Amino acid sequence: MLKDGTDMSGIISYGSYIPKYRIKPDEIARVWGEDPENIRNGIYILSKSVPSPDEDVATISVEAARNAIKRRKVNPADIGAIYVGSESHPYAVKPTATIVASAIGADFRLFSADYEFACKAGTAGMQNVKAMVDSGMIKYGMAIGSDTSQGAPGDALEYSASAGGTAFIIGKEDPIAEINDTLSVTSDTPDFWRREGQPYPTHGERFTGEPAYFKHTIGAAKMIMERMKTKPEDYNYAVFHQPNGKFPTRAAKSLGFTEEQFSDGLLTPVIGNTYSGSMMTGLSAILDKASPGDRILAVSFGSGAGSDAFDLTVTDKMDEVDRNSAPTIKEMLSKVKWIDYAIYAKFKKKIVFGESVD
Amino acid sequence: MTEVHIIGSGETKFGEMWDRSLRELAVEAGLKAVEDAGIYSRDIGILYGSSSLAGTLNLQNDIGSLLADFSGIASNGIPAVRIESSSSSGAAAVREAYLAIRSGEYDVAMVGGVEKMTDIYGSEILDIVGTTLDREWETFFGGTPAAMAAISARKYMHDFKVGKEAMSMISVNDHANASKNPNAHYRNKITLEAAMKSTPVADPLNLMDCSPISDGAAALILASEKFARSVGKDGVRIKSSAIAQDYLALHSRDSIYTLNSTILAGKTAFEKAGLKHSDVSFVELHDSYSIYGLMELEDLGFCKKGKASELVMDDIGLTSSLPVNPSGGLKAKGNPMGATGVGQFVEGYLQIRGKAGERQVKNASTGLLHSMSGTGSTSVVHILGGA
Amino acid sequence: MGELSSVWRESSHRYRLVAHGCGNCKAVYFPPRDICPKCHRDSIGKMKEMELSGRGKIESFTVVHDVPPAFIRQRPYVLALIRLDEGPTLTAQVVDCDPSEVALGKRVRSVFRRVREDGKSGIIQYGYKFVLE
Repeated sequence: MLKDGTDMSGIISYGSYIPKYRIKPDEIARVWGEDPENIRNGIYILSKSVPSPDEDVATISVEAARNAIKRRKVNPADIGAIYVGSESHPYAVKPTATIVASAIGADFRLFSADYEFACKAGTAGMQNVKAMVDSGMIKYGMAIGSDTSQGAPGDALEYSASAGGTAFIIGKEDPIAEINDTLSVTSDTPDFWRREGQPYPTHGERFTGEPAYFKHTIGAAKMIMERMKTKPEDYNYAVFHQPNGKFPTRAAKSLGFTEEQFSDGLLTPVIGNTYSGSMMTGLSAILDKASPGDRILAVSFGSGAGSDAFDLTVTDKMDEVDRNSAPTIKEMLSKVKWIDYAIYAKFKKKIVFGESVD
Repeated sequence: MTEVHIIGSGETKFGEMWDRSLRELAVEAGLKAVEDAGIYSRDIGILYGSSSLAGTLNLQNDIGSLLADFSGIASNGIPAVRIESSSSSGAAAVREAYLAIRSGEYDVAMVGGVEKMTDIYGSEILDIVGTTLDREWETFFGGTPAAMAAISARKYMHDFKVGKEAMSMISVNDHANASKNPNAHYRNKITLEAAMKSTPVADPLNLMDCSPISDGAAALILASEKFARSVGKDGVRIKSSAIAQDYLALHSRDSIYTLNSTILAGKTAFEKAGLKHSDVSFVELHDSYSIYGLMELEDLGFCKKGKASELVMDDIGLTSSLPVNPSGGLKAKGNPMGATGVGQFVEGYLQIRGKAGERQVKNASTGLLHSMSGTGSTSVVHILGGA
Repeated sequence: MGELSSVWRESSHRYRLVAHGCGNCKAVYFPPRDICPKCHRDSIGKMKEMELSGRGKIESFTVVHDVPPAFIRQRPYVLALIRLDEGPTLTAQVVDCDPSEVALGKRVRSVFRRVREDGKSGIIQYGYKFVLE
């Protein structure tokens, strides 16, 4: 709850990574005989990011982590915990967090683990490291949400499932954004899942909407505003989990947020759904432009289901940080390479080789 | 110290020898050499086997023992060891045999070089030939022998403003000479235009810039002067032998188109032989990739750095002042790696005795043989004849 | 069969470009060396680990069309010799670009990528690649 400002933990630095390749829904629709208009208008996806064949959750997490370190010249030895949330970890057993730790040169004395809670595993990590910072267990903690999400060929998810990730370094010393409060809601709601050994997830189609996404996201948002005694107009920015362009827009509007508040954090229409990276990357885009004093509401959603809500206030320290010392989201959205479905299928390993090759 | 003479040679056809195994190829070349020398197996003091990749290609190591065994001399107790230095293994093995005789320890030494490269299929061959580079820092990151040669080629072409023709001409010349060599892998002639336009392998190198995957074996009998005289053989004298080393990985070298190992070995070979470049009647170059042909002509001192293109575009044919690769070279005679360097001696032995048939270089008295590992980590230079 | 400890052993070098600097002549070596080829025995025990910036320029390059099995999805790929700002030169892929964009002298920076994987059940081998600045 509200604490003395000087003592409040928050975001020390942040960094994101979005792969360079993009595919348009027109290309996917062409292959499966669907009308791209339905995708563009229906779920509001104009393009999505595609990882190259040499990228995975570990490489995306490392790049995001390095950007976070670079942005504020954080000493990796000060990072006491690394948690990586994803539903597409390269290994089923063997952590991604250890790869990140090694790649950034973190200390041997380190708390770390991989998290999984569909699309909110990264924000669960944020809550975890915040608690560790607040309790004095660590100086800084790094939470990463990153995915190279899977959508079965021909499935509606194929239009949105994309790749990207964001890392937040959380601590108490001079945060650029204080975390005023965070809370979560949880219920056992099977809207989307992937069974062990299955290459692609399965979803409950329209069941993913009201009882899952909207109930949890809106519920958590309302709960945190109630606890903070705030109203939508108290926030400069709002960002929500973005499985497509339509859901977060509807959620925001129904809560009473205006387009001006939520458009900066809404990235899915151009990069697709980065799953565990989704809300966090939207928050990253907001931090790229937010000013001291700005208040941000951020709510993630993970199928299965639950939501993590955060209430943040940008501090004066933001002005002391050269935000361009690491790539901004805008920069990552401007330098892209368009690919067709054939190259996409090759990159995403939907084209399978014989046993001797990858 | 005794002089060392080649008194017999033998080789198999180089190429895709589908019905011949590693050991069959080696034994065939070995028996031809023994027969050519007119000696008996009991005369052999030591056997040096060379193979670059048998351990990975054929999952067979201990090539020395294999050769001794299937040549039928294992029970005689004749020592047999393998010499391996990647693609210069054959030349390095000949040098060891040369030293063994020159030291007085043995009177007769046999060298057998062999490689059986076509027994595996698929692109795994690139992983295997990649072991001749620095596996941890070149091959691991996507380096292949052709790619490393191409990296040298691009910089060379850029810095010396040399067009692709000069590289292609190395291959055109190889094919022209190989068309006259019945043991060559490829006996077709190619035009400069075709050579320049073939399938890309590692830009700027294409298929016609790259030596093929060949099977083959070559063998030599070396003998001391005393032994050679006792069996009434003049043979061909190994006038000098030199070997030198450079960094294993291309990226560690100061210049990526200068073969320091070749400069050093070449210089030493000339000095030891007491000969000048103008004394050389022909050269056999290790042109595993055409760019190396240009670099080697320069680094062996046959022309100034960056000027090999002028020499090559002028004339390097059999009737030129410096015939290059009368055998057909690595591009067209073929490149069965462990046999390649030994095969150069077979060519030298034939040329200097005037027995090279259609591809005979006129008045061939002195031959320079150059063999090299990978991108130039080891260079071995021998000068034959010199009479 | 599979590679394991050999990959693990090199991870600081391949993940973070940890080089060896000679304490005697100050030369920087990457790939790392335990002895300085200039100072020889004078460098014994004086080689120190140091992290490189990952910035440099393209010394030369090739576009590889005949690719080993691990690189088939990336064919053709750019392989370059990169001279790092701290001095040493290394061999690495230049990714996320068309081969036509690559030229001698262009500035590059390192990125963290998958390089190989040991079949479907073995370990994934990560390391440096480069992108155009």
